[in-house]
Amino acid sequence: MSRRDYLLRKFLFSLLTIFVVLVINFMLFRVLPGDPVRSVIGRNVRISAEMQASLREQFGLDKPVFPDQFFATLQQWAGGNLGVSWSLRQPVAEVLMSKLGNTLLLIGLGQVLSIVFGVALGLFAGWKRKTSFDVGSLTFSLIAWATPTFWLGIILLAAGSTWLGLPTGGIVSPQNVGKPLYTVLPDLARHLVLPTLTMTILYLGEYMLIMRSSILEVLSEDYILTAKAKGMSHWQVLWRHGLKNAMLPIVTMIALNLGFTVSGAIYIETVFSYDGLGKLFHTALVRQDYPLLQGAFLLLAVSVIVANMLADILYTTLDPRVKAN
Amino acid sequence: MAESALLRVCNLNTEFIIPDKGPARALEDVSFEVHPGETLGLVGESGCGKTTALMSILRLLPSNARISGQVFFKDVDLFGLSEKQMRAYRWRELAIVFQGAMNALNPVMRVGEQIREAITLHGLMSSSEAEMRVGELLELVGIPKERGAQYPFQYSGGMRQRAMIAMALACSPSVLFADEPTTALDVMVQAQVLELLNDIQQRLGLAIVLVTHDLGVVAEMCDTVVVMYGGKVAEYGPVDVIFNDPQHPYTQKLLESFPDLNEPTDPSTDSRQVLASIPGAPPRLTEIPPGCRFEPRCHVRIEKCKTESPPLMDVGENHLAACHLLK
Amino acid sequence: MNESWLLFKRSLSDFWRIFRRNRMGMTGAVLVLAAVMVAVIAPALSPYTPATVIRDEAGRGLTFAPPSVHGPLGTDDAGRDVWTQLVYGARISLTVGFMAGFIAMFVGSLLGILAGYFGGWLDNLLMRVTDVLLVIPDLPLMLVLVATLRQMELKVSPLTVLILVIGLLYWTSTARLVRSQVLSIKERQFVARARAIGAGHFHIIRKHILPQIMPLIVANTVLILSTAILIESGLAFLGLGDPTQPSWGTMLNFAFDRNAISNGAWWFYLPPGLAIVWVSLGCVLLGNVLEEMLNPRLMGHHLEGEARVVKTEAGRG
Repeated sequence: MSRRDYLLRKFLFSLLTIFVVLVINFMLFRVLPGDPVRSVIGRNVRISAEMQASLREQFGLDKPVFPDQFFATLQQWAGGNLGVSWSLRQPVAEVLMSKLGNTLLLIGLGQVLSIVFGVALGLFAGWKRKTSFDVGSLTFSLIAWATPTFWLGIILLAAGSTWLGLPTGGIVSPQNVGKPLYTVLPDLARHLVLPTLTMTILYLGEYMLIMRSSILEVLSEDYILTAKAKGMSHWQVLWRHGLKNAMLPIVTMIALNLGFTVSGAIYIETVFSYDGLGKLFHTALVRQDYPLLQGAFLLLAVSVIVANMLADILYTTLDPRVKAN
Repeated sequence: MAESALLRVCNLNTEFIIPDKGPARALEDVSFEVHPGETLGLVGESGCGKTTALMSILRLLPSNARISGQVFFKDVDLFGLSEKQMRAYRWRELAIVFQGAMNALNPVMRVGEQIREAITLHGLMSSSEAEMRVGELLELVGIPKERGAQYPFQYSGGMRQRAMIAMALACSPSVLFADEPTTALDVMVQAQVLELLNDIQQRLGLAIVLVTHDLGVVAEMCDTVVVMYGGKVAEYGPVDVIFNDPQHPYTQKLLESFPDLNEPTDPSTDSRQVLASIPGAPPRLTEIPPGCRFEPRCHVRIEKCKTESPPLMDVGENHLAACHLLK
Repeated sequence: MNESWLLFKRSLSDFWRIFRRNRMGMTGAVLVLAAVMVAVIAPALSPYTPATVIRDEAGRGLTFAPPSVHGPLGTDDAGRDVWTQLVYGARISLTVGFMAGFIAMFVGSLLGILAGYFGGWLDNLLMRVTDVLLVIPDLPLMLVLVATLRQMELKVSPLTVLILVIGLLYWTSTARLVRSQVLSIKERQFVARARAIGAGHFHIIRKHILPQIMPLIVANTVLILSTAILIESGLAFLGLGDPTQPSWGTMLNFAFDRNAISNGAWWFYLPPGLAIVWVSLGCVLLGNVLEEMLNPRLMGHHLEGEARVVKTEAGRG
């Protein structure tokens, strides 16, 4: 299979997956009891008869469920019309866009930190296998794995606010709400410490475990012995021959982890009242705001699928074996 | 003899500490010498310690290994060096071509870069000079120099092995260790690789230590032979003496079951099968018998062989063998 | 009893001999068994029921009372005993986790065996479905599913919905694992022999394949259990548990919503979390050890220290 065919296959697969997500979302949207137009605008919103009729037409609600309603709905979604949030009385797409940046900030920071530290620790633990450092890191990552995200958040929230005086929630202090974020960086940073720390601790263990087993496998390969026979020191071998080979599986793992990262964001934002998509998701859940819930699901799912595809493309440029084939 | 030796291995002993099982004695009092321009063959069944001997000399064994004895390279005792000092000798003076070059090259690094790395690591040349040298080395082993920009998976098996040889020659070492360099290759390619080694030796005048289980290869390539059995030297001497007048019963059996030395590349007589035709198996290294290690399989054993290990004795000019019957 | 099953029985006693000496595995087993014990004998461990409100002499509910003579873990915001809720909560958490885990194991093993054994379009379909499920973020999907199913006014309890949603989404890893094992076993000689003498598919699967993959399925199930318990706690924390049958996750949901943190009521939010860690860590330790025993990892690598040079007296040289 040539590289072009491979990428084409990945692309088609991503399209298929997005299609599956759309179907799931559509079906959920349709099985809700009551008048479907109410699912779009909300139960208790009073609107004119014309307005109701126009919405009906937009979402094809006066026609058969399949194919008319399905394609009419797809068309609306594709145009960015995800309906109106019941609880916020705002278009869902607008609400989602206003929270996206905050979530990306949290996920980005948490992932970068956990990848950097996780990979470094895993590399060292695998190299110094069976030493107390290795056993300690293994124990840590097993416990981190077994700890529910939200509970770790609660503990850090309680500890950080009591002993370190860190803020208990939000993304900036009340007096700074509404100001552009780059003007209140120190305040923002103080609010980010605990959520980021929670995310870092959780994923650190996982990346460490993967890196450890990856480097263990690489270091038992013959080319490592060749490098050593060349007269290289352990550090040189590790850096020049171990790292790149061991990092390749990590790239795939990071991609597959994106879905879990979204889960983490939902828990962490809920615990820290961090104003992002995750907290929005929880709010929609608690208030039974279905258009918002489904809109958020659609956005999160599609983002993860696209990011996954990008990671696959990145992988093909990193591994010469895939690149050349 | 001793003063002109390039590499002198004296009473090399190697043990592996195996949890729950105690030490495994992989090598016992192994001694041999390698002279400039000479090819020495290390022969024996698999598990007799051939590879372990090379790895012990290079000090590349894992941390559960205990090595002792002396290995002199040009009068420097390699076993007296620190790990850091030892690194300067690896590849610069003592290079190795491993068994099965399939995995001995880094899959995600260009072949030329892997060769260049060996040169610049030892600070022999600037990196642009090294670049030139890489091209020369590749051409020397018959690989077009442009292919240095390719990755190992783009090479055939034989090409990889030749690239390994080019890499081993990168620093113009004094001694080249070749550990079963042709085992994983098909017969045609085997012959090419052996010819290449022969050719290089003639041109560069380096010494080669060739580990093999193939007596045909030994007859073709080697000047001197060390026959090993169960981690000990069974017989040691010039190749024609060993082949024409073997003294140790194990060597005799080996040669007896080897059909015709003039047709060493007949594929139907794989020497592994030949070796297997001596009844029994080599001793487990954790349960070494007190007497001669070959005694359980020996066709001429006497009572003494069970209890006493025979020393290596002079049996002719430059010819040593370890057998009680030779007294 | 055919020879495969006999082998299986014999290997079971061998297994126990090795397992008994593994500290990590035994720790895991003890953690899990202790939690199961607590769940079983919950009523014997407390004089109250989870709903009992503890009152002072004046008859007022003791809200957020720290650990004391009334209860070893104090009371919650409504004056109910936290220890009692914790031991009864074990029943809910373990039931939901175990049932969801077993559904996942059953569905995954069944599909894995069928796909691996019969191959063809079935196998293709299974692989594509698992590929798709692998990239759809699981928590949002579950939240949307559970929320919608709740809204549909189905006549099933909220816990049943949770069990089904978790169980029917987490079978993919088991299916893949079982499939690849079946693929390799299918090629072995004794299966070919059985087929040659005309044994039926069902017979071959039951007598030859199942005994071989059983240990793997068990190890995988233990790992799935820990995931299921963690997921249950997460969904319950986000408000999807059954408030009338509080699990550990539901307790944490209450604690968080009712300001246990700002009230400093650590006895309310620490114990349920520790209990979750206890069980899921137990399962992970146990599962990892079982997996390692079935599939031993490589022993060493090339950068593990240096061979030690033992100095000998010069005379020997």
